[in-house]
Amino acid sequence: MELLVASAIGILTAAGLYLVLRLRTFPVILGVSLLTYAVNVFLFASGRLTVGAPPILQKGVETYTDPLPQALVLTAIVISFGMTAVVVMISLGAYLGSDDDSVDDPLLPEKDGGRDVT
Amino acid sequence: MSLFLIVALPFLGALLPGLMNSAGRAACAGVTFMVSLMAFIGLLTNLPAVMAGEVVQAGVDWMPALGMNFTLMLDGLGFFFALLILGIGLLIITYGRFYLSREDNMGEFFTYLLLFQGAMVGIVLSDNILLLLIFWELTSLSSFLLIGYWKHLPEGRQGARMALTITGMGGLAMIAGMLILGQIVGSYDLSVILQNRDVIQESPLYLPALLLILAGCFTKSAQFPFHFWLPHAMAAPTPVSAYLHSATMVKAGIFLMARMWPVLSGTPEWFVIVTTAGLVTMVIGAVIALFKHDLKALLAFSTVSHLGLITMLLGTGTAFGAMAAVFHILNHATFKAALFMSAGIVDHEAHTRDIRRLGGLRTLMPVTFVIVTIAALSMAGIPLLNGFLSKEMMLEEAYHTVLFGSHWLVPGLAVLGSLFSAAYSFRLIAHTFLGPVRDDYPAKPHDPGAGMWMPPAILTVLVVVIGLAPFLAEPFVKMVTASVLGDPADVPKAYFKIWHGLVPALYMSIAATVGGLILLSLFRPALKLWDTAPRPEAKTIFEAVIAAAVSAARTFSHGLHNGAFTRYAAIFAVTVVAAGAHAWSTGVTGPATRSMQPAESVPIAGWLMLVAATVALVFQHRNRLLALILIGIAGLMVSVGFVFFSAPDLAMTQITVEVVTIILLLLALNFLPNRTPVESSVLRRTRDAAVGIVGGLGTMALSYHYLMRDAVATPISEFHLANSYKGGGGTNVVNVILVDFRGFDTYGEIIVLGIAALLIYALTETLLSGPVRARLLNRRPDQPLAGDMHPMMMVVLTRVIMPVVVMVGFYIFLRGHNEPGGGFIAGLIVSIGVVMQYMASGFSWTSARLRYPYHGVIGAGVLIAGLTGIGSWFFAKPFLTSDFTYVRIPPFNEFELATAALFDLGVFLAVVGAVMLSLESFSRLARRAHVKDSEHPMDIDPSRDDPQPAGGEA
Repeated sequence: MELLVASAIGILTAAGLYLVLRLRTFPVILGVSLLTYAVNVFLFASGRLTVGAPPILQKGVETYTDPLPQALVLTAIVISFGMTAVVVMISLGAYLGSDDDSVDDPLLPEKDGGRDVT
Repeated sequence: MSLFLIVALPFLGALLPGLMNSAGRAACAGVTFMVSLMAFIGLLTNLPAVMAGEVVQAGVDWMPALGMNFTLMLDGLGFFFALLILGIGLLIITYGRFYLSREDNMGEFFTYLLLFQGAMVGIVLSDNILLLLIFWELTSLSSFLLIGYWKHLPEGRQGARMALTITGMGGLAMIAGMLILGQIVGSYDLSVILQNRDVIQESPLYLPALLLILAGCFTKSAQFPFHFWLPHAMAAPTPVSAYLHSATMVKAGIFLMARMWPVLSGTPEWFVIVTTAGLVTMVIGAVIALFKHDLKALLAFSTVSHLGLITMLLGTGTAFGAMAAVFHILNHATFKAALFMSAGIVDHEAHTRDIRRLGGLRTLMPVTFVIVTIAALSMAGIPLLNGFLSKEMMLEEAYHTVLFGSHWLVPGLAVLGSLFSAAYSFRLIAHTFLGPVRDDYPAKPHDPGAGMWMPPAILTVLVVVIGLAPFLAEPFVKMVTASVLGDPADVPKAYFKIWHGLVPALYMSIAATVGGLILLSLFRPALKLWDTAPRPEAKTIFEAVIAAAVSAARTFSHGLHNGAFTRYAAIFAVTVVAAGAHAWSTGVTGPATRSMQPAESVPIAGWLMLVAATVALVFQHRNRLLALILIGIAGLMVSVGFVFFSAPDLAMTQITVEVVTIILLLLALNFLPNRTPVESSVLRRTRDAAVGIVGGLGTMALSYHYLMRDAVATPISEFHLANSYKGGGGTNVVNVILVDFRGFDTYGEIIVLGIAALLIYALTETLLSGPVRARLLNRRPDQPLAGDMHPMMMVVLTRVIMPVVVMVGFYIFLRGHNEPGGGFIAGLIVSIGVVMQYMASGFSWTSARLRYPYHGVIGAGVLIAGLTGIGSWFFAKPFLTSDFTYVRIPPFNEFELATAALFDLGVFLAVVGAVMLSLESFSRLARRAHVKDSEHPMDIDPSRDDPQPAGGEA
């Protein structure tokens, strides 16, 4: 089972990285979402895998899974929604403003972003 | 007065000038003056204790684990500097009130000035060197603001930047030096460090620490080769020059050398470095000063020279040298601040400070003439004035100092420096005030009002009083010297007097004065010689270095960061994998301590679906709608996985977040193209796939590795499990952690979530108020729209289900403390219910029924959570301490009331508000101009523009 979870994390990461490296905003957002899954599962798995022992205290039960990673991941899931929404909004604004949803904007020598020093 | 208050007063008071700005200039300056005066009086209340040799202390622990504590101490040295800072500060505030013109923003000026004053007092009263470093950096920052106060002048901005660069770099070096020093001693408290002279000087790290600390001191105190920033800082308003660049900030480096004197001095390294730097600075500064035509530039270089003199005295490492240094700090502060203020008066009244355009002001500005003459003669070292006394002591000390095996080097250069010093002092008087009255001054010069000449006059009185009656200053100077030396018994017995007999120092003094007069009489040929001599221009060099650094940084960052997001995403991924590989290959791993759990058919099936969906997503991502469905499957499988591995709370959160995320992405897809075009080459896709696979293999290996091993250290989770019910009153440990054990984290997180939602709202507003608005309004949908805008079935279903959804949310919320659920999940569930109304019944129908704006809901949530936290203060408990009790109201079972539930309510509201505000913002983009929003179900869209199917008309 450990192998299943580890390989799932690996596959999610690989797919996420590949999509993040695409040239348009939408696949990049999908890639970030996949990476979010991967990271959340990775963090969650740091409490090790336990089946059938949720951290709900009950009389007579002694074994519980590690609750701390769960609490951390829970807020991470909600925050990642907020972050996804912001990124989507930014990409939407960029697309609507320029009619182009490319993520790359290579610097050309003449439109060098550096300000003059003086 | 408590030391805390003395340090805090200027900082707190810095709020006032800005507030008083509209009340008039007098009120603004008045309140600043009162703040400084209170701190000054507070300082004086400590005088008896300090004179008695006590060290006043005050402190609270701040971060004891890091050795960083807010501890203050006031000994003789600290008192002396604080007295200079606050005392001269009072005079400067008075002077500045009349110096600044009506166009200058006085509130801003005095705010910066008070910030600076607080930081300076902080430096001299700090007992902890880490605290001292913080104040040290604050002086660099506040002086940057003060130098650049006249933002419209390019010289001001350039000078401010140069000063910040140089002193900031020195500050960085000093941080390193101080940290090394703290490591050697094992404490960051000055009082401990100062007791460990032998430990420090025997340490192999003594030299690096010394060099780094001296780098900080030399840059701050403008010692060669870092002296060049000070003259450029003269672009500041004159009160700033008088305050920062003569009396206080530039002496911070000197202060630190004096402070560290007991432990750092006395070694050959200290002697050679400090004495040489001081000697060179003294001579170079004095020579350049003579040939400067700008009054303030002349004074700036003379300050550089005098700082060099003091540094040189500290460098000798003898008790007499230290005493002479302390005495000269006092004398220099009095006459130089007076001279700067007088230069400002001349500039203010004659509208120029170019010496070549002045002269003959003696009869026009008699008061200023008297002040300048006395102060400048003191600077030249003429008897009966205080500068003479300390200069005699300096020459006496120099006479006995042997550097590089030469008996003549130090005395010779000291006389040379004094000679030039005398020459420029005489030039200052002669070329500005003596000579015939001219008729081409830019403005008609006259003496200013008393508000401007009084502050320098007060200092001049001190110059004369100390000069005539040195025995008045003697006990004070000796007390300060005792605290520099660290032991009162080491203080030299020599008395301060004007006449010491025919000692070598007297002959040296006479030689310097006479030589100065002769040099001045030869000024014209000397100036010709000086003008023809080639010499490096510090500003050009500095700017060339900065430009080179900027261009190197630009080349480097543009190589990595060329604007292509894909490039730095790839660089990031590869770097992380490489760092991981490095850690893996160099680290030590133990054997596997856990055995693999057998996989049953259900998890295997889930895994297969997850993998299938993910792989399909990679290959089908160009079809964006399909990609959304596939990523939904992946998310669903992740939540199923959470259920399987004993995390019901996570599963519920994941599945609800999944729903809102997909809705959000669908809304976005409404505006974005439906397909991703094929752009990248096969080679590029292969490269990206390679990056992805390497990253995936890395994370897989890492997670597999730790899943097979127990944690190295015992997890703290045992504490949470043990105390969840006893301390937090809940059996759902995850929820108790969220609302209780780590409530502060959660509090921060709901704030972040709220800010993210507000950001989305703000971006939407920007889009809708810009040129995009017209395009959005006239957008033609690229897909045929459904004719039925609000399908009857869906409207009925969502409206019927709404109360149920709210009920479920309420239930999930209530049981959250003991069973899976809680504010986050309940918030998401209720949000989904509301979103369904938007989807089914339309934007206008739903918004019209909205009682509270979502911003308010977010705010209410954060407020409730915050107030719950503050509530525990009233029971003398720390922020967010929770309490709970059990009550029974018949006919219900016994149930629990916990303050944590109130906090969770805040979480709930913040989540609902944030999710809804984000989604609502997106849907506002979708409204179109010519389509009237309809509220009714079964409404047929008249604007429907897709071709009707053939024969569809009946």
